[in-house]
Amino acid sequence: MNQRHTHQATSETTVEEKVRKVELLISNLLRFGVLASLVLIIGGTLLSLAHHSEYLTSGVSFQRFIEPTDAVPHSLAGLATGLKAFSGTAIAVLGILLLIATPVVRVGVSIFAFIYQRDRLYTLITATVFCLLLLSFALGKVE
Amino acid sequence: MNLLQFDLSVLAISVVAGGLGSLLGLGGGIIIIPVLTLLFHIDIRYAIGASIVSVIATSSGAAAAYVRERMTNLRVAMVLELATSAGALTGAYLAGQLAVRWLYVIFGIVMGYSALMMFRKRHEALDEVAVRAPWADYLRLHSSYYDERAGREIFYRVARTRVGLMLMYVAGVVSGLLGIGSGALKVPAMDLAMRLPIKVSTATSNFMIGVTAAASAGVYFVRGDINPIIVAPVATGVLIGAVVGSRLLGRLHGTTIRLVFVAVLLWVSGEMLLKGLRG
Repeated sequence: MNQRHTHQATSETTVEEKVRKVELLISNLLRFGVLASLVLIIGGTLLSLAHHSEYLTSGVSFQRFIEPTDAVPHSLAGLATGLKAFSGTAIAVLGILLLIATPVVRVGVSIFAFIYQRDRLYTLITATVFCLLLLSFALGKVE
Repeated sequence: MNLLQFDLSVLAISVVAGGLGSLLGLGGGIIIIPVLTLLFHIDIRYAIGASIVSVIATSSGAAAAYVRERMTNLRVAMVLELATSAGALTGAYLAGQLAVRWLYVIFGIVMGYSALMMFRKRHEALDEVAVRAPWADYLRLHSSYYDERAGREIFYRVARTRVGLMLMYVAGVVSGLLGIGSGALKVPAMDLAMRLPIKVSTATSNFMIGVTAAASAGVYFVRGDINPIIVAPVATGVLIGAVVGSRLLGRLHGTTIRLVFVAVLLWVSGEMLLKGLRG
């Protein structure tokens, strides 16, 4: 009896409660993405600074580090190699990529959130936005 | 200057950029790019790469709080993202086929005009005008948010959704073509055309700019323009600034935000005009 009662209560979750749940989900997702990328970026930077402590004390100009080099990972394969070597730079790059991915993941998760709300119109709108995003991602890579 | 000094000074400037960006719904690009290129003599390629990441950092850093506080209108954001991402695709397609120079002049003028209009209605209180808004009704865009400064729930109606969509499409094309100005065009469109409260406009724009920037960030990464040595202090600072800034928005007066936005918009407009006229 009691069990059935609770069951009924959950199935009658109001639309507003569902919307609120979705808001909190998106907010938490963003918060997690931001925190995790911060930890990786700061950790990676500190690690690479620790490895190259001589650069902090000596007068070596920072300009040296920002000249174009191949040492900077700019492909996923390069990133994987760097991560295996536990390179601080690679860890920072992973954090940066996670930061970049967060808004895209947010749109993807919103699709399911609108399905959960049984909101067909907004499921369709969000799915279209997601496809457009993937399309521009794909087109950009071709160039 | 050694690396640590570079990191710390960029970090400090980025905190300010992130704070300002989160309050105004802009990416930090207007501050980050000139600082990196003029002050630290960094290659423009890397400066743009860092600025793209800073836009995403501003957006995600502040949006967590804005969504929780219902300052962001999620439905408006989703609907308008349709137009901006379609526009960004068009812009990327048109890139290289148009004389970009005149676009700078045109949008410099558009932004200057928007700044003027926003300045003129700076004291206008939000009255619930019962305009007919069939599109906004159908899309259920009308909403409310709790204004900390006013100490009450503010209900608002969204007007002229179609005009807003068209303006957002243009904003998308421009940011796809020029790589800048996405937030600077989004906020006036929501504020002037769709009549959203200024705080909702900046918070919603803030939410949207991250998506647009993320779409193009992949390209910059593959090109090698995202240099972690520069991006790391920028992203860290901007994230911290955005989280702090997002706590402030609710407490500030709408007119204050509007005035600061107008000043920044005039600045961007001037920069664009100069760029266009100098060629």
